[in-house]
Amino acid sequence: MSKVAEVFETMEYGPAPEAPDRALAWLERHGRTFGHFIDGAFTDPARGERFETANPATAESLATVLQGGEDDVAAAVAAARAAQPAWWAAGPHIRARHLYALARRVQKHARLFAVLETMDNGKPIRESRDLDIPLVARHFYHHAGWAQLMEEELPGYEPVGVVGQIIPWNFPMLMLAWKIAPALAMGNTVVLKPAEFTPLTALLFAELCHDAGLPPGVVNVVTGDGRTGAALAAHPDVDKIAFTGSTEVGRAIREATAGSGKKLSLELGGKSPFVVFDDADLDSVAEGVVDAIWFNQGQVCCAGSRILVQEGVAAALERKLRARMETLRMGDPLDKSVDMGAIVAPVQLERIRALVEQGRAEGAEVWQPSWSAPKDGWFYPPTLCTGCAPSGTLAQVEVFGPVVVLMTFRTPSEAVALANDTRYGLAASIWSENINLALDVAPKIKAGTVWINCTNLFDAASGFGGYRESGYGREGGKEGLWEYVRPSWEVGPAEATEASPAVPEGANTADIAPETPSVDRTAKLYIGGKQARPDGDASLAVNGHGGRVVGEVGRGNRKDVRNAVEAARKAQGGWATRTAHNRAQILYYLAENLEARHAELAARLAAFSGDAADADAEVGATVARLFAYAAWADKWDGRVHATPLRNVTLAMHEPVGVVGLVCPDDRPLLAFTATVAPLIALGNAVVVVPSETAPLLATDFYQLLDTSDVPGGVVNVVTGLRAELVPTLAAHDDVDGIWHFGSAEDAAEVERSSTGNMKQTWVSRGMARDWMVPHHGEAEVFLRRACQVKNIWVPYGE
Amino acid sequence: MSTTEATARERGRTTVPTTPPLSPGLLRVGERNPGMPLELDWVREVRVNRSAVERRAATLGTRRSVKKAWQAAWLLKAVTLIDLTTLSGDDTAGRVRRLCAKARRPVRGDLLDALEVDPERLRVAAVCVYHQMVETAVTALDGSGIPVAAVSTGFPHGLNPFPQRLQEIRASVDAGAREIDIVVTRGHVLTGAWEALYDEVAAFREASGAAHLKTILATGELATLRNVARASLVCMMAGADFVKTSTGKEGVNATLPVGLTMARAVRAYAERTGYSVGFKPAGGIRTAKQSLLWLILMKEELGTGWLRPELFRFGASSLLGDIERQIEHHVTGRYSATHRHPMA
Repeated sequence: MSKVAEVFETMEYGPAPEAPDRALAWLERHGRTFGHFIDGAFTDPARGERFETANPATAESLATVLQGGEDDVAAAVAAARAAQPAWWAAGPHIRARHLYALARRVQKHARLFAVLETMDNGKPIRESRDLDIPLVARHFYHHAGWAQLMEEELPGYEPVGVVGQIIPWNFPMLMLAWKIAPALAMGNTVVLKPAEFTPLTALLFAELCHDAGLPPGVVNVVTGDGRTGAALAAHPDVDKIAFTGSTEVGRAIREATAGSGKKLSLELGGKSPFVVFDDADLDSVAEGVVDAIWFNQGQVCCAGSRILVQEGVAAALERKLRARMETLRMGDPLDKSVDMGAIVAPVQLERIRALVEQGRAEGAEVWQPSWSAPKDGWFYPPTLCTGCAPSGTLAQVEVFGPVVVLMTFRTPSEAVALANDTRYGLAASIWSENINLALDVAPKIKAGTVWINCTNLFDAASGFGGYRESGYGREGGKEGLWEYVRPSWEVGPAEATEASPAVPEGANTADIAPETPSVDRTAKLYIGGKQARPDGDASLAVNGHGGRVVGEVGRGNRKDVRNAVEAARKAQGGWATRTAHNRAQILYYLAENLEARHAELAARLAAFSGDAADADAEVGATVARLFAYAAWADKWDGRVHATPLRNVTLAMHEPVGVVGLVCPDDRPLLAFTATVAPLIALGNAVVVVPSETAPLLATDFYQLLDTSDVPGGVVNVVTGLRAELVPTLAAHDDVDGIWHFGSAEDAAEVERSSTGNMKQTWVSRGMARDWMVPHHGEAEVFLRRACQVKNIWVPYGE
Repeated sequence: MSTTEATARERGRTTVPTTPPLSPGLLRVGERNPGMPLELDWVREVRVNRSAVERRAATLGTRRSVKKAWQAAWLLKAVTLIDLTTLSGDDTAGRVRRLCAKARRPVRGDLLDALEVDPERLRVAAVCVYHQMVETAVTALDGSGIPVAAVSTGFPHGLNPFPQRLQEIRASVDAGAREIDIVVTRGHVLTGAWEALYDEVAAFREASGAAHLKTILATGELATLRNVARASLVCMMAGADFVKTSTGKEGVNATLPVGLTMARAVRAYAERTGYSVGFKPAGGIRTAKQSLLWLILMKEELGTGWLRPELFRFGASSLLGDIERQIEHHVTGRYSATHRHPMA
């Protein structure tokens, strides 16, 4: 029987291989061996330690690349440093032209990129061809636009300088684009380290940069493993590190860069919930699960790896999933009829196997389709796990493979609770035909991206990034640009202002010598809307102008910090769900009450500064600052991103949550207000460690809070010695972010301590900020730092 | 309610559906769908998310690719699934006889020889004409085994008086049509009059007797995919042998999202009742590539078992021509031209 006659009966698909010829020819042209790309040229591939990169579908070597050492990193950073001033000076339009050219060239060589990506990574050609590479081109196009518009859209900002970028192996080219495009658009130069498993497309891109006439040194590529990445992160002349990868490595980078002054953006792991309500289109849900967890073999940081399904439809969904899994096709990733390719490396395959076995041992029921995975390369079949408790390994640990757990819930609030029962917060997917329900749940899930009735959609116009231990910073959209700029006035760290510190009790008390004894005023801590005696029952004397003791404040300790964080956590949710108008009203009320006590507060300030006129001006500025953030409260709008789909992508500004705030010593009333106000205006609750030298302004302020309808717990004030309070606050795992205005040494400690829960940090490192000047003390950066952007994708159409 | 309608519903009620999972072993292969009582709860709980359905439809053709010998075989299969159709105001006996001749030998013999495929196995699924042309077609197809399908019940609008529509079916059956393609009253769908739709289709089924009933939903006029899914279910409950997308006369005809929605309704019905209902996209399917997409859709959503004329048809008039050219390309390696193939 002829093949045609045979297939006429069986109606099998047959092979449909994409030709590897051009990718192989490119490899051969380079002798299958590559150097680094530094200062516009490839280095000698024979010089230095080398390693092989393999095709995961065949386990065969594709090429050898160099293991970058410290000297290679240094050479690349030097080239980037040398190229940066001219790249910035070239101006927006020239940079836009270059980015446009890169987009064009990626598009013109799209198939070569796609095939090479599939060969190096193991992902199906369908994905590299239809998703990865088109998104890469789109990213460069979109950011060519941002380059062009930078002066209008980000006035007063400059590039960070030299950016070190470390990317993962799951979307090698796409992650390269996400990193390089915004960095270049904003006038930075980059040193990129691709993942050791998948360096080839980055090297092809480097060649393309050269061919496109990009100035030497603007883009540098140094290959190597984690050691190379560590060297890049540690290099003193790198101004910013952008990292995508595991939370474990992200944590190490945070620790390594703590105190260095390097900006840092991290896009880390996830265990994203995929929430299915009983009114969802279950056939579409089943396809959604395919896109959520079997896309790229589940090696996706935002993979929907936890299906949470309403109990009543769980059995139906499970049946549909099993049927769908039977029809998935796994095999040669270059075959155009393949849904799932190979796992990137044996070490990953082993990890997946081990985790699934552990899950099985814990009692999970593991189901895989009847067909068997290819044996030649590194393949793992799609896997559905049921009967897994929320505490189970498979429900908690990021598997980074084609393994999904299915659990049930009863009510929307239980769905939210289960969805948020994770350390991560990268993404979530919600399935329901009821828009009321979907839009109610979306803001309640702690995740940087929420997809409604869809999943794993990406676009350059929409920011992507995490909450919680999934990292911080956004990539894409306008929100992603801020990672690559800094205010023009920030010229570098300055000396911290010297002021006399608070004095432990027992010292200096002799100086208090009033003619007529006044009524003893006891400033306490302010926690949960109540004045609280410090846990240690201890006080600190506060010195005023000329060293005179002007009062005492409570000496808080770690338990007071704990109590304050608990109070803040309790209050934050309710505060955030109040209307912005209501929060504005309360800030105006604060201003009103503060103005009523203008003279008293001015006198208090003068007691510290000895300058009555200046004190009067500070109180005036404080009232104005409260007005400013009352004004902003209902105007700090999000955006609707123009993503190229029939949908709205809502970029919503959500509060960070519970924020620790360590105030500067100077301008004790104004700086306290100028930092508390933006935070509470946007719905955060704060735990404030006020000025150590003049804490009495903060304790005066809490009386205003009491009289201005600020709900208890929204602002908590813990006075005392920073050295005793800040470490606890910075390390607290239920604090979502911390602002630290203090010395560089303390900032380093704050950054190091933040890694427990990967909280966001914003530190001044002793840099002087003139709080009286609006563009220092009232800039929009306070609002940006007070919120995080959540992108909610809402496709529509009936 | 007419006696006929009442009887139809009675008949439906006697078949209490069981709910086996969709597994080939449990499907009642070869048995006609007897219908079932109208289950309004099921109809009303149907949910179709258009955006998600469109995404799936858009990736059907990018997730699967059929090449070389496989493509040739698939295209030959497509030929056997075609309801070769002429539904024009200027149809004449001569034109219909020519179409029937093409139906008997849809692909040039030398091409089939080259592919080693038995010409006896290569015939279209049916010839589809207006009632006036049924006798001509039956005569022209005599001995070929190819059934004649008649469009009926006030095709394409379906708004003729109800008794007249029933009469039309009976007349076509009497004239030798073995398949009746009826149109439903779109208004019943748009107003949610599911009982009325059920009764109408059940009556048509009754009138068709042994002839197989294809129910045309005219999906281009049903506004939403949810309506498409609900109407599909009601037609199947009322005893449809096939659900069909379009008359070919609506502004929008067979689209993949509509097809996906209907295929899933067919699957849901099979899962619940065990009966396999056929699916027929019609209108706007003109290229070989499109036909492959539809075959992929059926194979992916319903399984290879649905790729046979008992369960899947293309309603098409010009599709065959493009397939012939692609098949010649496969045989010769050269791109072909329309005039090299006998016209219908």
